[in-house]
Amino acid sequence: MAETALTNVGASPALLPGWRGIAADWSSDQRAFKNVSWGKAMMWIFLLSDTFIFSCFLLSYMTARMSTTVPWPNPSEVFALNIGGAHIPLILIAIMTFILISSSGTMAMAVNFGYRRDRIRTAALMLATAAFGATFVGMQAFEWTKLIMEGVRPWGNPWGAPQFGASFFMITGFHGTHVTIGVIFLIAIARKVWRGDFDVERRGFFTSRKGNYEIVEITGLYWHFVDLVWVFIFAFFYLW
Amino acid sequence: MTEAAIHVEGQQSSLHIHAHEAHAPGATQAVGQQHPIKLYLIVWGWLFVLSACSYLVDYFGIHGHLRWSLILLFMILKAGLIVAVFMHMAWERLALAYAILLPPALVLVFVAIMVFESDYTHLLRIVFFAPTA
Repeated sequence: MAETALTNVGASPALLPGWRGIAADWSSDQRAFKNVSWGKAMMWIFLLSDTFIFSCFLLSYMTARMSTTVPWPNPSEVFALNIGGAHIPLILIAIMTFILISSSGTMAMAVNFGYRRDRIRTAALMLATAAFGATFVGMQAFEWTKLIMEGVRPWGNPWGAPQFGASFFMITGFHGTHVTIGVIFLIAIARKVWRGDFDVERRGFFTSRKGNYEIVEITGLYWHFVDLVWVFIFAFFYLW
Repeated sequence: MTEAAIHVEGQQSSLHIHAHEAHAPGATQAVGQQHPIKLYLIVWGWLFVLSACSYLVDYFGIHGHLRWSLILLFMILKAGLIVAVFMHMAWERLALAYAILLPPALVLVFVAIMVFESDYTHLLRIVFFAPTA
């Protein structure tokens, strides 16, 4: 019974709109986030802390780039590829961006089908999202290999400011790790959806709580966050 | 006893979901965040267009303030669409939205501090560590 009290988000008290609502929610007894389950609130708070981690990485990159007296390597040239004889700037990164955005689209639809209790479509869309994510990581591995072959190291590179390598490996490496964890998370939840765990309210092996389709939305929050971080990395690291 | 309680709970929650589905379209404070698929497809399309635009900024080699402002504009629009629609922040209660969206704004203070700091470092490097010609 206690767990329904925590998970059931339908029965919330009368909610006030606007600033009065914020004051009432935050000054109320027991819960500040009235119609949000603990799982979703915790994922949001985790994402907030992750925002600060990525902010610190991008800030240290900004500081390195602004304070160096050596010219910064031109990312447009560094990440250019020769495809069919044509020299296209930044093309790999552009493709990676489109892949990640596509994965966000399939994830958003998976959440939607999850709440409609359409488990086959939900699982299929989640697996499609995971496949896009794995493709992204694969392309990132290719990019890393290419740059390492060209002599980029955390302490130096052939084109300019030595901090370029450190910033690049740190920022994209941490983001790639997040994508990888997201792929694993997606596959784990997709398996549960496929098996029908949330239709029969099967209990989780670790928490022994009954799951429901909200976990698809929570997984989605994490996945969209990974895409969101890429938006900032793309703008500040690759395009700036 | 527990089994019976669980069974009843299960029935209640399925009833609850059906009731919810019945008036899901248009419900803003929806329990299960149900929105039309079309909305997601439109946002998806916009994200593609905005990404293509920011790539074209680089492809056409736009430079200077125009480049930076275009990059920032496309970045903010994309981030806003992802958070508001894909992450459903537009439909959450303000108590959650402000708790999550306001703290990152403080990062801008950190940015300002580090801009001053790196300007200062840059100046010191030019003054004391400039390669002797």
